[in-house]
Amino acid sequence: MPPLIDIKNLRYAYPDGAVALDGVDFTLAAGETVAVLGPNGSGKTTFVLHLNGLLMGEGEVVICGLPVGKNTLPEIRRKVGVVFQDPSEQLFMPTVLEDVAFGPLNLGKKPAEAMQAAEHYLDLVGMKGVMHKAPYHLSEGEKRRVSLAGVLVMDPEILVLDEPTTFLDPPGHRELVGLLRRLPQAKVIVTHQSSLAASLAGRAVFFQKGRIVDQGPVPTLIARHNWSLAD
Amino acid sequence: MHHLELDDWSRKDSFLHRRDARAKILGLICFLLSVALTPNCAAPYLWVFGAVPLAALLVARIPLARAFVLSAAVLPFAAVFGLASLAAGGHLRAIAVAEKSFLSALGAVALIATTPLPKLTQGFLWLGAPKFLVLVIQFLYRYLYVISEQAQHMRLAAASRGSRLGSRFRMYRLRAASGALAVLFSKSYLRAEAIHHSMLSRLFSGRFGLMDAASPTLPDYTTLVLLVLINLLLNRFIVLISQCRL
Repeated sequence: MPPLIDIKNLRYAYPDGAVALDGVDFTLAAGETVAVLGPNGSGKTTFVLHLNGLLMGEGEVVICGLPVGKNTLPEIRRKVGVVFQDPSEQLFMPTVLEDVAFGPLNLGKKPAEAMQAAEHYLDLVGMKGVMHKAPYHLSEGEKRRVSLAGVLVMDPEILVLDEPTTFLDPPGHRELVGLLRRLPQAKVIVTHQSSLAASLAGRAVFFQKGRIVDQGPVPTLIARHNWSLAD
Repeated sequence: MHHLELDDWSRKDSFLHRRDARAKILGLICFLLSVALTPNCAAPYLWVFGAVPLAALLVARIPLARAFVLSAAVLPFAAVFGLASLAAGGHLRAIAVAEKSFLSALGAVALIATTPLPKLTQGFLWLGAPKFLVLVIQFLYRYLYVISEQAQHMRLAAASRGSRLGSRFRMYRLRAASGALAVLFSKSYLRAEAIHHSMLSRLFSGRFGLMDAASPTLPDYTTLVLLVLINLLLNRFIVLISQCRL
């Protein structure tokens, strides 16, 4: 079975000339969860932005058999759900329900259908009780879960999560990990937390200066690169 | 972090809070028209119109003093036009300008204090307001909180390093404040870009889909009819007792 994500020799430089990605090769198989580790500024977030065509560098990026290009962006963005690091940037509609229904409405669903789908996924993430609240009235953990519902409602095949446990307290962290474990989609998880990577991912890649310099089982990479908070 | 009290008020529960936003918006429009179309010679009696927003605020259990203070924000602007009228010899006009401005603001406060912004903006959309304008208002309001929280965080950080508000003016404090403003501006720009990415990721193509509106109920229609009648009657009554010629 062909990989869901197949990237070859991806290169990207920002307009100011800073090289963010310098020849990245990456694959993701169906049902797989891969952790993306690496120091700050190593290109992880830039890499994430290439997965749904928000940035388009040089090289080959094929998502679910579709090469990323202007004509394929709508289909690719339906297949790849990205949960960004800061939920405040993801929740921009006046109420939680409207925010989660934003994606289905853009997919062409009728308002009643979109609302029904939104309610279903809010229930899945345990947030149905706040669906008529304004997003700025939610705690960080609640915002995180609503962001996830807003992406899941589009029925993506691949979930990409950029630092999903930022701002979460330990109970919130545990709840999110439990929820992510239950989701069947293939996942790419960018994280600094070795414990999150170890509990969810079967494989990890290590970014350094815009390249993947290592990959393999999560505990191996954590030990090799000293990527743990413990002494 | 402090949030707008108007936003807190709009989330209370009362007979007025439960009314359809469209009925309340149309009621406010009727009120504003009644006030605006009352001739200036009736200025000594314009305060009678205040009974309408006052009653609304009482029913909705909104703190009257705070509502009055918020409404008074328009008075400095009204004063400019009032002074111009005075200078032209129209003292009744000057009083009317101030009264009408304050009453209009009080009516608007009564609407906003009893209607959460999402319902208010939906109400405007369903009544035919330009979609782009309403969406800009929605976004601005949403991100007012984000920017406000960041500004409050920066203020706390400055206070933690000895900066004191209310102290005597110092040039270095002004430089720090201007630097903070510049940081807020650049953060806002970066946020806008991030939000746009988030929207594109969920297939935004430049047009917002609209959610269905719940149908107005009998109490909504009744409230609207009452508001229209009361405002019309007040207008007639004030013109009558002031013996104004139209």
